[in-house]
Amino acid sequence: MPIIEVCNLAKHYHVYQKRAGRLASLSGLFRREYKQVRAVRDVSFQIERGEMVAFLGPNGAGKTTTLKLLSGLIYPTSGTATVLGFVPWQRDNAYRKRFSLVMGQKNQLWWDLPAQESFILHREIYAIDHAQFQRRLDELTDLLEVRSLVRQPVRELSLGERMRMELIAALLHSPEVLFLDEPTIGLDVVSQRKVQGFLRHYQVEQQMTVLLTSHYMKDVEALCRRAVIINEGEIKHDGPLAEIIDRFSSVKQIQLQFAGSEIPADIERFGRVVERIPPRVKLEVPRQEIPKVLAALLDRYTIEDVGVQERPLEEVIAELFIRKGSVAPDQGDS
Amino acid sequence: MSPALRIKWCILRTSIAERLAYRGDFAFATLVRFLPIVTQVFLWGAIYKATGPGDTTVINSYTYGDMVAYSLLVMVGRAFSSMPGLTTGIARDIRDGTIKKFLIQPIDMLDYLFWHRVAHKLVYYVIAFVPFALVFWLCGNYFRSWPDNVTLIGWGLSLVLAFMIGFLIESLMGLVAFWFLEVSSLVFVYMLASYFLSGHMLPLDWLPSPASDVIRLLPFKYLAFVPAAVLLNKYDHQQLLIELSLGFGWVIVLYFLNRLALARGLRRYSAYGG
Repeated sequence: MPIIEVCNLAKHYHVYQKRAGRLASLSGLFRREYKQVRAVRDVSFQIERGEMVAFLGPNGAGKTTTLKLLSGLIYPTSGTATVLGFVPWQRDNAYRKRFSLVMGQKNQLWWDLPAQESFILHREIYAIDHAQFQRRLDELTDLLEVRSLVRQPVRELSLGERMRMELIAALLHSPEVLFLDEPTIGLDVVSQRKVQGFLRHYQVEQQMTVLLTSHYMKDVEALCRRAVIINEGEIKHDGPLAEIIDRFSSVKQIQLQFAGSEIPADIERFGRVVERIPPRVKLEVPRQEIPKVLAALLDRYTIEDVGVQERPLEEVIAELFIRKGSVAPDQGDS
Repeated sequence: MSPALRIKWCILRTSIAERLAYRGDFAFATLVRFLPIVTQVFLWGAIYKATGPGDTTVINSYTYGDMVAYSLLVMVGRAFSSMPGLTTGIARDIRDGTIKKFLIQPIDMLDYLFWHRVAHKLVYYVIAFVPFALVFWLCGNYFRSWPDNVTLIGWGLSLVLAFMIGFLIESLMGLVAFWFLEVSSLVFVYMLASYFLSGHMLPLDWLPSPASDVIRLLPFKYLAFVPAAVLLNKYDHQQLLIELSLGFGWVIVLYFLNRLALARGLRRYSAYGG
């Protein structure tokens, strides 16, 4: 039975439209124009227990709005959703004890106090047994390598350390469902990897259900097998992450290193050149033509090294977002 | 201790710790709050001197000594009923999305804010106790007599009411941000109105009818006038009971208005700010 069930969920906002200029500001005092923004429209999906699903989309696609709906922050305009059998926006305490929401750009720790004080408050709010709390706190601070920092005021922690503390606060009560909204935003590579490694380990160990939004495809590739792509409030893809490349990219990349220091002048007739650093070149070639093109290249030139690879997920998804609304598979997809 | 009480206690303890994080600034702000009373004492001194021969002059049944005593007691009342930063804090949380922590955790936002504020006040009283005691000792002669026990208990209760009503009015104004987002003008208007309507500026029994009759029906008098009037023996025991009961009635009304505003506000909340 799915842990998260979303059916035809929609959220529309009325947004004030202000024209530029002083006259418009004055007239805005008496009459205002509003535009209806359909942040989420007719979204449906299901997530099983223990799944870690990436929720992808460009800015303004409706990802965060969906997370806000599922965590009960806002009411929907229409549609239904249940998480762990609860309707999120009813804000039942029994539900709120069983999930967590972490937003990379918002913090819930007390800014002027050591994180430890916030953790103790969480212990009381979530009625966590003292021994269990201490055990879990030790485990989480060790895994995230912040044990020595829990007595330092939060304001004096680095962004990466703060984010790790936020994760600890969110996980102390062992939530069954975790909503992560860009948990690595603004973090350096080292902190990103620490957070990724921790989430991967902890999710598997606890069999937590996780819905993750992130603009960093490295997060997504490292953590999720399934991806839901949303754009303009609608779901455009829901399936294995690996399928995205198959479905939306009809080309592969051939990397060549020629003998000598030059790249042949007529190389463009074999495919689209995406990178050229003599004597190396990267070509994009339709999938079905790979064997034929490779054979022709090997036959015609002296090549020192060759490799065929899929396009990076990041590129495929970026292209997908740019197409805005017309997310149909490429011609000739497999 | 029950889980609910343990949460309140923990919020209180954590809030006290937070308040003490900036102890220098807090102590300075606490001491600076005594300056207006000094200017008020001198101002009333000048007014009474200009009106007649010093100590014997009576204005609207208040001698100069009564007026100083009234001003001091109003200061005590305001120390309970003023809630610096509460309205703007709630509005900011609504505007920038920080309010989410109250919505996703199994915790009641108003309850949390209440105990947070209790903590702030407790720290304030501890720091302000010595200066308060010094001021009252220096001005001891202006108080006519030591009140009886019933009046003292009534005064204590009136201060509790001042705190509750002050908290509930300002939190209600903060919740208005669900509709208007920006409430700084509302805060400004409230500050001006409550300065007058609470009896902070002038004793409310100086006002002529029918203005005084209307003002006495409003909850603002509990913010300053009622606590001062109780200790100055302006009410007999029966009137005291009526005033306290009415104040308690206002607490109930304001509590339900807060609950209504929160419930309605959350329905239209859009969780701005990411």
